[in-house]
Amino acid sequence: MATPNLGIKEHSHGGDLPVSKLDVHGSFDLDDFPKPNGREEEWRFTPLRRLRGLHDGRDIADGVVTVDVTAPDEVVVETVGRDDARLGTSFLPTDRVSALAYQSFTEAVVVTVPKEVEAGAPVFVRITGTEQGDAYGHVLVRAERHSAATVVLEYAGNSVYADNVEFVVEDGARLDVISLQDWERDAVHVSHHYTRVGRDARFRSFVVTLGGDLVRLSPKVAYTGPGGDAELFGLYFTGEGQHHEHRSLIDHNVSRTRSRVEYKGALSGEGAHAVWIGDVIIGEGTEGTDSYEHNRNLVLTDGTRVDSVPNLEIFTGEVEGAGHASASGRLDDVHLFYLQSRGIPADAARRLVIRGFFAELINRIEIPELRERIMTEVEEKLALHE
Amino acid sequence: MTKFEIRGLRADVLIGAEERKEILKGVDLTINSGETHAIMGPNGSGKSTLAYAVAGHPKYEITGGEVLLDGENVLEMSVDERARAGLFLAMQYPVEVPGVSMSNFLRSAVTAVRGEAPKLRAFSKELQGAMSGLSIDPSFAGRGVNEGFSGGEKKRHEILQLELLKPKVAILDETDSGLDVDALKVVSEGINRAKATGEVGVMLITHYTRILNYVKPDFVHVFAGGRVAESGGPELADVLESEGYERFVKVGA
Repeated sequence: MATPNLGIKEHSHGGDLPVSKLDVHGSFDLDDFPKPNGREEEWRFTPLRRLRGLHDGRDIADGVVTVDVTAPDEVVVETVGRDDARLGTSFLPTDRVSALAYQSFTEAVVVTVPKEVEAGAPVFVRITGTEQGDAYGHVLVRAERHSAATVVLEYAGNSVYADNVEFVVEDGARLDVISLQDWERDAVHVSHHYTRVGRDARFRSFVVTLGGDLVRLSPKVAYTGPGGDAELFGLYFTGEGQHHEHRSLIDHNVSRTRSRVEYKGALSGEGAHAVWIGDVIIGEGTEGTDSYEHNRNLVLTDGTRVDSVPNLEIFTGEVEGAGHASASGRLDDVHLFYLQSRGIPADAARRLVIRGFFAELINRIEIPELRERIMTEVEEKLALHE
Repeated sequence: MTKFEIRGLRADVLIGAEERKEILKGVDLTINSGETHAIMGPNGSGKSTLAYAVAGHPKYEITGGEVLLDGENVLEMSVDERARAGLFLAMQYPVEVPGVSMSNFLRSAVTAVRGEAPKLRAFSKELQGAMSGLSIDPSFAGRGVNEGFSGGEKKRHEILQLELLKPKVAILDETDSGLDVDALKVVSEGINRAKATGEVGVMLITHYTRILNYVKPDFVHVFAGGRVAESGGPELADVLESEGYERFVKVGA
């Protein structure tokens, strides 16, 4: 499957300059990012007043967050100070909140999967807001070459939390990440996942966002060698008054790399607002990129809002495949008709289709107790409107 | 003994918010249990519309006539009520329902149609038996409904549902299309097993006579221009096989 040079005209909206409008540049200096006013492309979907000051950088840290890590013996877990030389080497913050989080955290968790080690059990990093207020965090997960591991990040409790998570997947390694945003209803969370995928390495992430008042999570992937593969799955259930925003960026800066982005979510209740921004850059001079991204939204009630924006920028003619799709809507009449035509009553058919929508993604998570927990929470949210 | 009657049925396909087109222009047909009626006709004659309209597909609207199942007005029933009353439609293009496992779906359907949940163990056994009869690999039970199935796999699963749900009237819409000879035989055997009970009336919609070598019709109807244009015995299929539909296309136009 070869796709001809699509050029940049089709997707960049900005003329013929071979410069990406999608910001892959960054800085550790907070002052390099002006305080957003809400009209910037990267902030225009986010209700700034609900960030409770995270975007202006008040530099207070009055919240309390506990971090608890469980890991099998073969995985090395450390809690380190700001001065640890391994931190911050794989990324530059790409927005003001990310820079603020990096300059504000006090301790970081470093998870190392040593080379050629296959972790026998998942690593759990549980981040719990125990006292509501501003708090900052940093996590570095390094899967050394030819290692394999699954890491679960679980966010819960109440906080106004900003953090950066670095995933470094070295050559030939495999890293699966599940990030579960299971906050209490009042929490605010702005998070960045910065991933580097090495030569012939495989990275897979499941982002599951159910809780919080506002969650804005930006997974960013770049490659450090050919043959890298990144699959980003996301699932959100945005209820009454919640704002869930996911902004993925895949930077195919190296030849023969592959990416898949599939985010899906359901919205239910007045003021539920889901945002998906899917940016893909296929870099100049690269060959053999294979990329596809997809966002689907299931609208269960009136009064919800979805913003779904795929951006594809291609700076080379040598692309293996590149595409995107986005669809938002009510339950599919044809699905319901099929089930009903087998005698299943309308309300039961609705329930089956809605659960199927979630189960399709949840079933791919390979940790049974996590699957069950997520499905139970989805059930609880569904019960509110059924 | 069941009597299924379609009388003067007229229906429109709903194309857009304002746009619609009349497809069925007064269909008359009566099927008794134990009988197999082949409905044959050229493409675009309205055969599939007849199937979908009777089942209650949201894309079609009935504008006249009636459909009776043992005297009960089918058109007043919801889609699921029609199925529970004994009507079954095997679709030409079965729908994929992601994330709903085939086994969960089949159990829900059987529970609804039979009026009570079957015992889990008995149902598993019944399902396994029915699947093996149609040469369906047991792993399909765990997959999403029709999700990623090939055309032939979807058709086998439609007949699987026919065998499990034991309807009074089965409408099979181009079940033979897209099947190779081996798959056609397997699917035909399934239809014949359902027929062997003598308790089901079959409306077999097809474009080709090929399937009629395996599933013997008692009556053959030519469908053209949105109505039954001619009816006869099995010999009518042979006439169509040698002469084609040309004569009816002109009549229907």
